[in-house]
Amino acid sequence: MDVPHKPRIGLFVTCLVDLFRPSIGWAAVKLLEDAGCHVEVPVQTCCGQPAYNSGDRRLAKDLARPVIEAFAAYDYIVVPSGSCAGMLAKHYPALFADDEFAGRADAFAAKVYELSDFLVTVLKVSAIDAEFPRRVTFHDACSGLRELGIADQPRKLLGAVRGLDLVEMDDHTRCCGFGGTFAVKYGEISAAIVDEKAEAAEKRGAPVLLAGDLGCLMNIAGRLARRGSAIEVRHFAEVLAGMADTPAICLPRKR
Amino acid sequence: MSAPLNSADFTANAHRALGDAHLQQALHVSRDGFIAKRTKAVARLPEFEALRDAARDIKAHTLAHLDLYLEAYEAKVRACGGTVHYAATTETANAIVLDICRRHGAKSIAKGKSMIGEEMGLNAALEAQGITPVETDLGEYVIQIRHEMPSHIIAPAVHLTKDQIAADFHRIHKGLPPERDLTEPAALLTEARKILREKFLAADIGITGANFLIAETGTSIIVTNEGNGDLSQSLPKVHIVLASIEKLVPTLEDAGTLLRVLARSATGQDMSVYTTLSTGPRRAGDPDGPEEYHVILLDNGRTKMLGSDFAEMLRCIRCGACLNHCPVYQSIGGHAYGSIYPGPMGSVLTPGLFGLDHATDLPNASTLCGACESVCPVRIPLPKLLRQWRERAFARHLGPETQRLGLAFWGFFAKRPQLYGPAVRIAMRGLALLGGRGRFRGLPFANDWTASRDFPAPQGETFQAQFAARKKT
Amino acid sequence: MSDRAKIFADIRRALGVTGTEAARRRAVDERLADPPESVIPVRGQTADPVGLFRAEAERVFATVEMVATAGDVPVRIAGFLRAKNLPPRLRKGTDPYLAALPWAATPLTLDEGRSDGADQVGLAHAFAGIAETGTLALVSGPGNPTTLNFLPETHIVVLEAQKIVGDYETFWCELRAAYGAGAMPRTVNFITGPSRSADIEQTLLLGAHGPRALHILIVGTVSP
Repeated sequence: MDVPHKPRIGLFVTCLVDLFRPSIGWAAVKLLEDAGCHVEVPVQTCCGQPAYNSGDRRLAKDLARPVIEAFAAYDYIVVPSGSCAGMLAKHYPALFADDEFAGRADAFAAKVYELSDFLVTVLKVSAIDAEFPRRVTFHDACSGLRELGIADQPRKLLGAVRGLDLVEMDDHTRCCGFGGTFAVKYGEISAAIVDEKAEAAEKRGAPVLLAGDLGCLMNIAGRLARRGSAIEVRHFAEVLAGMADTPAICLPRKR
Repeated sequence: MSAPLNSADFTANAHRALGDAHLQQALHVSRDGFIAKRTKAVARLPEFEALRDAARDIKAHTLAHLDLYLEAYEAKVRACGGTVHYAATTETANAIVLDICRRHGAKSIAKGKSMIGEEMGLNAALEAQGITPVETDLGEYVIQIRHEMPSHIIAPAVHLTKDQIAADFHRIHKGLPPERDLTEPAALLTEARKILREKFLAADIGITGANFLIAETGTSIIVTNEGNGDLSQSLPKVHIVLASIEKLVPTLEDAGTLLRVLARSATGQDMSVYTTLSTGPRRAGDPDGPEEYHVILLDNGRTKMLGSDFAEMLRCIRCGACLNHCPVYQSIGGHAYGSIYPGPMGSVLTPGLFGLDHATDLPNASTLCGACESVCPVRIPLPKLLRQWRERAFARHLGPETQRLGLAFWGFFAKRPQLYGPAVRIAMRGLALLGGRGRFRGLPFANDWTASRDFPAPQGETFQAQFAARKKT
Repeated sequence: MSDRAKIFADIRRALGVTGTEAARRRAVDERLADPPESVIPVRGQTADPVGLFRAEAERVFATVEMVATAGDVPVRIAGFLRAKNLPPRLRKGTDPYLAALPWAATPLTLDEGRSDGADQVGLAHAFAGIAETGTLALVSGPGNPTTLNFLPETHIVVLEAQKIVGDYETFWCELRAAYGAGAMPRTVNFITGPSRSADIEQTLLLGAHGPRALHILIVGTVSP
């Protein structure tokens, strides 16, 4: 599909970003507008993953239909989260496979992109107007990585940030233990897994940790803070958009 | 009699496992080894991804024609002088083994590793009749003397440290000088080799599993590194093969393709040390080999799965790669799952074979990270199958009622943006005010999180409210 | 209903078939009669199968010795045993190729027939070698008792260079040529290195139950 001159983007901001960290949403808006897009934010609540992963297929479909309908008219649906983008792009079609809604779900899914993938693969963004002269390490969130192949894209964009030095930590593709509902249903196991991620981050020694999924980021930041670590945890969009002056996740607001 | 199932105590088991220092040490050592070795072996073979596709297709084709391949296989075994027995249940399978033992007056059995034997609870059934089975796979031998279940489908003693094994050898191997030094693994191996060598030579009957059964030739294949399976099956007068029906593959070429992905996925070897193809009893002129060759083909739930949405799980070739790459298995080990089949493959297979009621936690105790699927040599879509079990459990109201209510409460609001929007704005503003330091050390109703993690404070406004406000200006 | 009948009925019900469908029968019969080849790794397609076999076998801790002609084999074996401080004694089967070698030129004592477990050194003649993985293929039969591949601590195998094939697909063809399509010897042992276990804390140890040492003599060269 040829990219329209001024693509109309429906931003699916994700429930965690909406509730906990709107600055990620603003970073996404800036990146998309800077790249020549027109961005709108239809009324939205949640992609339905908590229901889907709990086995409540009916509730998942009840939440999916309004998303598909609300975003149908856009050229693209862009999501600053690999797991929500994966839900929309891969699991919505599966949810409606035997349903009369299938055609609309498929058409919708074809237009869904995770943020970094959209910028790099569709808009072919290669220059980033931001400076971040610090050493950072990157956690590859599972759904984005394994469902959507998100790995090079955020790194390519971060590589264009002035002064930024990206170093890889051990096991950067290993799960952080969030898994959505898993983190509360099996909290003890989840804590053991995120502890390993925190150890890897501390061992790497970079003062900043970035990733593309707020669920993972909240989980990792929460464990690092409990361990007394000073590592700053952010969504990569915040750095790309030059908005890294907001307090990092779990760190106090500046007075 | 079949293997005990303890999956209902999953959370308690996991808690114990997380606090078990020996286990945690053993898990760390094994995890890095298995992952690194597989990665190295795969890097050395450019065709590996194509072989995974081929392996998947061979298994899928075989399952779609399983009845016909079983017929062909059976005919070939018979033609070579072997006997094929069918067992719909583990009770029947045990009865068949006991009958063969009785006919031969067998008192001692040399056993190669067999997960089907575990499924049958065969050792207990034999012991109840005064017959002594001796596990000859070193890992299986160790857990046998500890009266434990295997904790990994190919490395049954992976949960143990060498000190634990040395203590067991001191305890069990009477008649050896108690002051002997068993601190080094080599010493443990030498002692096990001596003890088990006597058992091989004295055994009346040898029982092995089968990694594959080949329809073209009526052949059973065992894959070992130790050579214990070979000694078990070629020294005694009788060889019994325990295999479930989905072990069939059509041809020698098909077996070769699957062998190319099996050892690499399991241990990172291109081939295991001993891959042995056995076809029937000894021939005229053979100086050794069993006089009788029996194959017991077990169903025990496979046909039920074949006709279900979980049929893809029957492609599994028991390599264990999914266990090795699973962050949950790596944290808690195999025993916590309470099933002889742990980890991702066990979380799909256990409810399928043994019922969902007593194993509801297993498909839920996963982050659905997908590492398992990414390494499965036959491309089983494990996360999809885990979700399917969750859907079955939800439809049947299995699982804690509080979680169900919580989901319904949240769902009520999430379906109603006009209620959801204002409600979350109020909640987030409240939390932000309370969380001035950027995070919460503790939160009511969130102890599962805050017991070991801080919880981030929200920024205060919702994005949608801010965006709507910007639009107005 | 017998268990056999029940299982077949359950399979057919699960698959939604009767078992008499002609297309299914044809698919199975064709595959069994003319087994298709799958993905064959390029690795085995080498101009130097002997070199590849040696490299792969050494990688898994077999030791390999090149021998120019069969007549040199007994002397080389005697030398190997001396260098390893092993007594000049071994057990073999009645294999005619081995029997025809000039053993009298050495001080070796040869025992013949199956082992009772007391032998330190066993000798076998390989049916083939597969270069792709450095694997020996030994077959059961009067000439080479299977148990002799496993009981002694040291296993010596004589492998003719011209019997080394590149990949498993070629090996299956050789096997079928020797035994007939659909037929097999009672046992085919693929052996790739000496016996080992990593069951104790992932420590790799040689000599679990099978031989601790595997020594391969590759005899002759590949004919052009």
